Amino acid sequence: MSAEDVLFDMLHSEIVSYLVPKSSEDEDLSILEHLGYSCGWRLIERITKELPRYKEELEVLKFICTDFWSCVYKKQVDNLRTNHQGVYVLHDNEFRFFSKLSNGTQYLKSAPKYATFTCGLIRGALENFGISSIVTVEIIRMPSCKFHIQVLPSSS
Amino acid sequence: MHLQILQVYFSDMALCVAVVSKENAPKYVTSLNPEDELQIQYEIHSSIDFVEEKLKTGKKDMRDLYLGLLYSTEDHKIYGYVTNTKVKFFVVIDSSNLLLRDNEIRFMFRKLHTAYTDLMCNPFYIPGDYITSENFNKVARGILTGNS
Repeated sequence: MSAEDVLFDMLHSEIVSYLVPKSSEDEDLSILEHLGYSCGWRLIERITKELPRYKEELEVLKFICTDFWSCVYKKQVDNLRTNHQGVYVLHDNEFRFFSKLSNGTQYLKSAPKYATFTCGLIRGALENFGISSIVTVEIIRMPSCKFHIQVLPSSS
Repeated sequence: MHLQILQVYFSDMALCVAVVSKENAPKYVTSLNPEDELQIQYEIHSSIDFVEEKLKTGKKDMRDLYLGLLYSTEDHKIYGYVTNTKVKFFVVIDSSNLLLRDNEIRFMFRKLHTAYTDLMCNPFYIPGDYITSENFNKVARGILTGNS
């Protein structure tokens, strides 16, 4: 990993520790999620500029797993699953923010706050494509993690 | 001498440039002659329907963000462009302006799109606000007057 890539990881973990104090009992991750949302929303405007138009929901999700993920995390999502009814699960076997943290279950309790930004990032990106969704994360063993995306029925 | 004549032709590139949000709310309008502005806004308003129609029905070649000529009246021709995020750009030109080819119009939209993405990545712009950025305004005015 080159030096400028590490910079992004460091900035991210500093933001997490700034916004989520270690001592607090119930962690408030909403600001972190909103940060990701705003980033994702703006970022999508930039990276879809040169790309052809996406029409289908599945096409958009595939784009998130490939181009979008490699733009942010320098790798692609390892597996995408769907039930074709609006639920998508993204498997990342080596999630970038976890890969330097732990290999196993040692820090499992404090793991979610390091994935919250990414949840927001996905939600913001989909929102700008016109897809409203709820994104949650499931971590069983670091550094792998699963993002569950539930697409909400559109109002139009 | 020749250069001077060209200048006269190119000094009047487009009549109006407009940005319409994904919810079809106007986000930015600028036009060359303020007295035509209302009429042009009506025409842009009606061409939003053409955009929706093109996006829905056109299946094959609709992968291009540039939609081409949407609507023409006696005085104006309206061209459209829709980003992946459903933000619509419109450029209105004079019907008698035969100098502008498809390629030039495409180029105008590209410049507009680049300015728009730069604006979106600017933290001072809150998504959903009316566009008041000076940089964006400069690009849009450049498209109107042809010197950019």
